[in-house]
Amino acid sequence: MKTKVIIFFIILNFNVVNAITFSVDSNKILKNLRCLICQGQSVADSNSEFAQTIKIVVRDQINDGKSEKEIYDFLIEKYGEWIVYKPPLNKVNFLLWLLPYLVFITGGVIIFLRFKKRNNR
Amino acid sequence: MLSNIGNTLLFLNIFLGISIIYFSFQNLRDKKVLISKNIYHICLFQSTFIIISFLTLVTGFIISDFSIITVYQNSHSLKPFFYKISGTWGNHEGSLLLWVIILTIFSFLFLLYNKKHPKNYRIYSLIVQNILILGFLFFILFNSNPFSAILPTPKEGLGLNPILQDPALAIHPPLLYIGFVGSSIYFSAAIASLLTNYSGKIFAQSIKNWVLISWSFQTLGILAGSIWAYYELGWGGFWFWDPVENASLLPWFAMTALLHSLIVLEKRNLLYFWVIILCLLTFILSVTGTFLVRSGILNSVHTFANDPSRGLYILIFLTLMIFGSVLLFFNKFKNSNYNLNYNSKETFILINNWFMIFYLITVLLGTVYPIFTEVLTDHKVSVGPPFYNTVIIPIVILFLFFMSLGPQAQWIKNRFHNLNLLFKILIASIFINFSIIYLFKSYSLISNFIIISAIFLIISSLVDLYKLFRTQKMDFARVISHLAFGFLVLFIGLNHNFSLEKDFNLKLGEKKNFENYSLEFKDLRLESFKNYKAVIGEFKINNSQENLHQSLYPEIRIYENPSTITYEASIRSGLLKDYYITMSNIDRSDYYNIKFQKKPFMMWIWISVIFISLGGFLRLFKNAKKNY
Amino acid sequence: MQKKIIKLSIILLIIFIIGVFFIGLNKNSIYDTKNLVGQKITKIKLEHFSDNRIITEEDLRKNNFTLINFWASWCGPCRVEHPILLKLNEEKNLELLGVNFKDKKNNALEFLKDLGDPYDDLARDELGKHSINFGIYGIPESILINKDLVIIKKFIGPISKNDYNYIKNIIRQ
Repeated sequence: MKTKVIIFFIILNFNVVNAITFSVDSNKILKNLRCLICQGQSVADSNSEFAQTIKIVVRDQINDGKSEKEIYDFLIEKYGEWIVYKPPLNKVNFLLWLLPYLVFITGGVIIFLRFKKRNNR
Repeated sequence: MLSNIGNTLLFLNIFLGISIIYFSFQNLRDKKVLISKNIYHICLFQSTFIIISFLTLVTGFIISDFSIITVYQNSHSLKPFFYKISGTWGNHEGSLLLWVIILTIFSFLFLLYNKKHPKNYRIYSLIVQNILILGFLFFILFNSNPFSAILPTPKEGLGLNPILQDPALAIHPPLLYIGFVGSSIYFSAAIASLLTNYSGKIFAQSIKNWVLISWSFQTLGILAGSIWAYYELGWGGFWFWDPVENASLLPWFAMTALLHSLIVLEKRNLLYFWVIILCLLTFILSVTGTFLVRSGILNSVHTFANDPSRGLYILIFLTLMIFGSVLLFFNKFKNSNYNLNYNSKETFILINNWFMIFYLITVLLGTVYPIFTEVLTDHKVSVGPPFYNTVIIPIVILFLFFMSLGPQAQWIKNRFHNLNLLFKILIASIFINFSIIYLFKSYSLISNFIIISAIFLIISSLVDLYKLFRTQKMDFARVISHLAFGFLVLFIGLNHNFSLEKDFNLKLGEKKNFENYSLEFKDLRLESFKNYKAVIGEFKINNSQENLHQSLYPEIRIYENPSTITYEASIRSGLLKDYYITMSNIDRSDYYNIKFQKKPFMMWIWISVIFISLGGFLRLFKNAKKNY
Repeated sequence: MQKKIIKLSIILLIIFIIGVFFIGLNKNSIYDTKNLVGQKITKIKLEHFSDNRIITEEDLRKNNFTLINFWASWCGPCRVEHPILLKLNEEKNLELLGVNFKDKKNNALEFLKDLGDPYDDLARDELGKHSINFGIYGIPESILINKDLVIIKKFIGPISKNDYNYIKNIIRQ
């Protein structure tokens, strides 16, 4: 049994080692940016005037060595939070990120307590 | 003429709906055991008239009668015949008529198919359902009437948006409506159940086939929408977590939880209040989705034209529905102490409910959060795919493991006979995952876990299938759906990780090489069709390693009525992968922007969803065979 | 008692949600960047149109007020606002900086020859990428800034008569 568990973790580690990447993925960034003059398309998917311009700007910034967060912060400063699809974690948005997991944990706790009550009878 | 027929029939149906409610209350009070014949007759007329009314509108579209406002706004004499018909429900007013048809027909059929159940329960279901029908009929007649007449009659219509002229989109609303509009019937049944204290196994039996029907069609409806998005919208994806898509997914989560809870209610007479909540929740979510999408409160990529007055009406209707059902529920709720062993099939189904509620709340929260931030803080935020993917995917990993264990658990108290077997399956899954990485290329940590858990579910389901064959219990429905779900997650994971996307600008005659592929912009020509002109590009794609030589022909289409430009992707679908090219012109330049994508396993994603829904239909047929 | 609290909170939550939806119905606005005022513009590096130099923040600090107008010869609505720009050019307290956006030099010069040149200074952004620094997402768009380079107002679309009056009021102070 012990050997099985050890093999499990060795294989898992191989997977992890293979999985780490370091470079800034421009496609990922462009997919996270909203094309402001389109009706619901990301900059990556759109070929509007605005999208073309943003693609150039993002490419330049990546070449300048800017990180993903710096690029988003820059664009948010110029265009507002509406331009990124992944809501940044701040005072206004933290509820959005928190509530789902809160619900999940609460649900789990309720189920767990229910059974604990039963087993304690 | 047609407009008058349609209007008259709608008014008639209001009258019929009121009479059904009147006679139903009368029937409740008298001591008769049976439901009076005239109620059946009125219901029959109600269904007949609404169908005729709908066919009247269809006729209006077919003959291009532009004196009817909906036909004028959404059709054109040059439109192809098939799309003239589907244009009937491809707009706000016409689709509301489709709503009412489903509400009405389901009302009548539910009455007919529930003869074995108590009169009061059936009558109350009928009353509530007819209140819903009346609500929508009033909405149609006083706000969104497809039969309003325009005088003088315009000579030509405004046309239907060309991206809506697609076969998948044509069947998408009917499929979806049988799904979430159909859920109205078990909403009504749930209220009837609360009012008449009709609960337990027999109540479950009353509604289970209806839940199966709506769930199976909802699944297909969502599939049709995704197929349309993939083939028609030209970005190569099939799910954008757009509010309209989420509006169809929210009821699906509730239906899935309901479907499973019904099994427990029927088998063990437990989870009755879960079932009631889910019945109420499904239709409430359906109407909420309709509100979010048609009121204009949210920006979305594929909405109907927006109008706040519609929104107000639907919101009031929704508020009444919610308060009515919630207050009734609070009144009738009794805390039931059931002794559930933590290790039992009932618990696994409860766990399923827990996960479904999580998905539901996440998607609902993401969809409506921008409304809250804008109203409360005057701040506009976007909630898009990265949010949903980040929050939901890690939980799906856990979910898939529970989904594998659940069906194998026994009722009441489970004994894990095969802990050893499960461990072997886990090792096999990890091994297969590692093989995929070794043979192709590696991917993110989360993807590893998703693919491992998907494979785990697949192998568990296959083992389950084998056991079924052995014991000759011909109940494949569940295994097929669960197996297909595992494959769906697997294929989506593989598709996401092994897709190739390249975006570049090319001039006619140029060639571009990347990653063993070479793409040549060979030809560009202008062609005229019946209702549009097209600029068609020819692209030759070669890959010597894979022995691939294909030509793809993306188009830029210029339509006249209405005046729009669309970009048609050229897609070569294959068993293992799809090749996908879109082309768009760059203003003031000879260059064209080309997006080339390689998308593995797209076919299998569609096929998996079909099989998920197939499981539902199989179970439905088995139930029907047993009963009728 | 606990049950009552739960029921009450659920009902209050529903009322709250429906209330927000109701207000949201009447509020819905199409997105624009008009609210992004009060910020300082930074890192200005605009290529001058004809001279071989770069326009930077220093140049703009010399003016009491600057109206930066983004335009192009291929832009229809730009023609509509052009007469108002010519009028604004007459204002003493206001400098007009034009940024020719994604345009060919010849076409731009033709445009100015035909309709008049209202600009005190002219820059060009051939690829459009410098305009992103100003938060531009379509043309015509104009930004009114003061001596400290703080954005006073953003004008999305062609400048209207009302906008003209607004600008006059601001620069008269």
